[in-house]
Amino acid sequence: MARNWEEFLVEKVLLLAAISSIIIILLIIGFVIQQGLPAMEQVGPLNFIFGMDWSPSYDIYGVFPMIVGSLGMMALALIFAVPLSIFGAIFLAEVAPKTMRRILKPTIQTLAGIPSVIYGFFGLIVLVPFMRIHFGGSGFSMLTASIILTVMVLPTILSISEDALRSIPLEYKEASLALGATHWQTIKNVIFPAALPGIVTGIILGMGRAIGETMAVIMVAGNTPIIPGSILEPARALTSNIALEMGYALGLHYNALFATGIVLLMMIIVLLVVTNYINYKRKVTVGGGYL
Amino acid sequence: MENIIIEVKELNTYFDESHILKDVYLDIPRNAVTSLIGPSGCGKSTFLRTLNRMNDVIPTFKKEGTILLDGKEIYDPDVDVVDLRKRVGMVFQKPNPFPKSIFENVAYGLRVHGNNDKKDLERRVEASLKEAALWDEVKDKLDDSAMGLSGGQQQRLCIARTIAVEPEVILMDEPCSALDPISTTKIEDLIHKLKNEFTIIIVTHNMQQATRVSKYTAFFLHGEIVEKGLTDKIFIEPEDKRTEDYITGRFG
Repeated sequence: MARNWEEFLVEKVLLLAAISSIIIILLIIGFVIQQGLPAMEQVGPLNFIFGMDWSPSYDIYGVFPMIVGSLGMMALALIFAVPLSIFGAIFLAEVAPKTMRRILKPTIQTLAGIPSVIYGFFGLIVLVPFMRIHFGGSGFSMLTASIILTVMVLPTILSISEDALRSIPLEYKEASLALGATHWQTIKNVIFPAALPGIVTGIILGMGRAIGETMAVIMVAGNTPIIPGSILEPARALTSNIALEMGYALGLHYNALFATGIVLLMMIIVLLVVTNYINYKRKVTVGGGYL
Repeated sequence: MENIIIEVKELNTYFDESHILKDVYLDIPRNAVTSLIGPSGCGKSTFLRTLNRMNDVIPTFKKEGTILLDGKEIYDPDVDVVDLRKRVGMVFQKPNPFPKSIFENVAYGLRVHGNNDKKDLERRVEASLKEAALWDEVKDKLDDSAMGLSGGQQQRLCIARTIAVEPEVILMDEPCSALDPISTTKIEDLIHKLKNEFTIIIVTHNMQQATRVSKYTAFFLHGEIVEKGLTDKIFIEPEDKRTEDYITGRFG
């Protein structure tokens, strides 16, 4: 009997551990929605999402410029980071000698652990003046923020892609080489396609990190709440919008910041669903011939 | 003696300090089946993988001695490994089709060698699948994933993929060890059919298989060839006591 009780207890404790994080996330989302909805209602959801003007002092709240800012910075960062990380991952997984890999991999993983404020500080002190001198303007811009984001998402995408590439069974590689394929043909036609689902997972995680990043972006993006005319002009991200104004927001303004959080959550959910769907389709059709 | 396609002389191989093959001499006759038998770890797979230089990917691998393919040393610096592997194909122990369609699996070798003519690819894929006795089973589902085939079908697909690039020699590393008896019979029938056109070297743990499929046999033990010659001779009246002990199942 005592043994049965023990089993029962262990099972319940494990269950609790498993669902506690989900419960906490649901509580946070519930709270954000509860606090944000009043602003959405008062301003009107469409006016709030597509409104071009963010002027808290006049109680005008439109987050569209920030949506553009967030998506733009993320997209630019991915354009830089994805090819770099994939080529880097291929190098580490397939080309680099063992000792080199043993040094490079942990170094790259360490990059993922550096606090974002350090990246932001580096950007502020080094990158912003560099951009100012070479591209003109203030140096605070969407491009500057994207470059910092690139460095921040690179380790995530690279190390997950590298794991995916290395997890491809050696049998595939040998089969390809035995047919007279070169190393590069084998990577391109067999190893890379087989690893693609894992690589996409890495890109999704990198995307999440890019769109959720706050501190480093605030420090280099310039943060003007208007749609930038070019990537060399300042922009504000959704995350920055909340962080910059939460210290003094009251009343409707306070609710509007939570509503910004709702928009951010929705965007992340949409991105996750879309990319997961692509990934899922890819997995199913992986044998259907994609050469 | 028949026409010899591969001549191995004084072959020694090493992984790091461990000496795997010791002074191996072996002639492989053209368009015949040669079996390599011997207990696990005797070096027969290493020997097989030395013939298409698959061991090259292992940095600690070292080879001494001569391996002549049609009189030309295959480890010479001016030999292109890609060309060598085109001439010396390989079928592995575990069926290992690519996670691609059946058609693409067979077309793969042709594509990497620069053939992108759709009509020609279709023709060659069909011919190879027919030759591998798989065509009738897959002709209506060429675009389906090869992963959906049974183990025996996958192994015949791997053979079709190998013969598609028209090699001269096919190395088979225990091709039936992961298969059921019926699939094994099909592969053996296939080997009989293919031997007229290709030189086949097969590693096997199955004594009956060696007697069924091969004309010549070499018996490996501890990295050395103990006995070699006509299969019938080796299995009926072996010269060496160790060969007799092995084929009668006294060890290994």
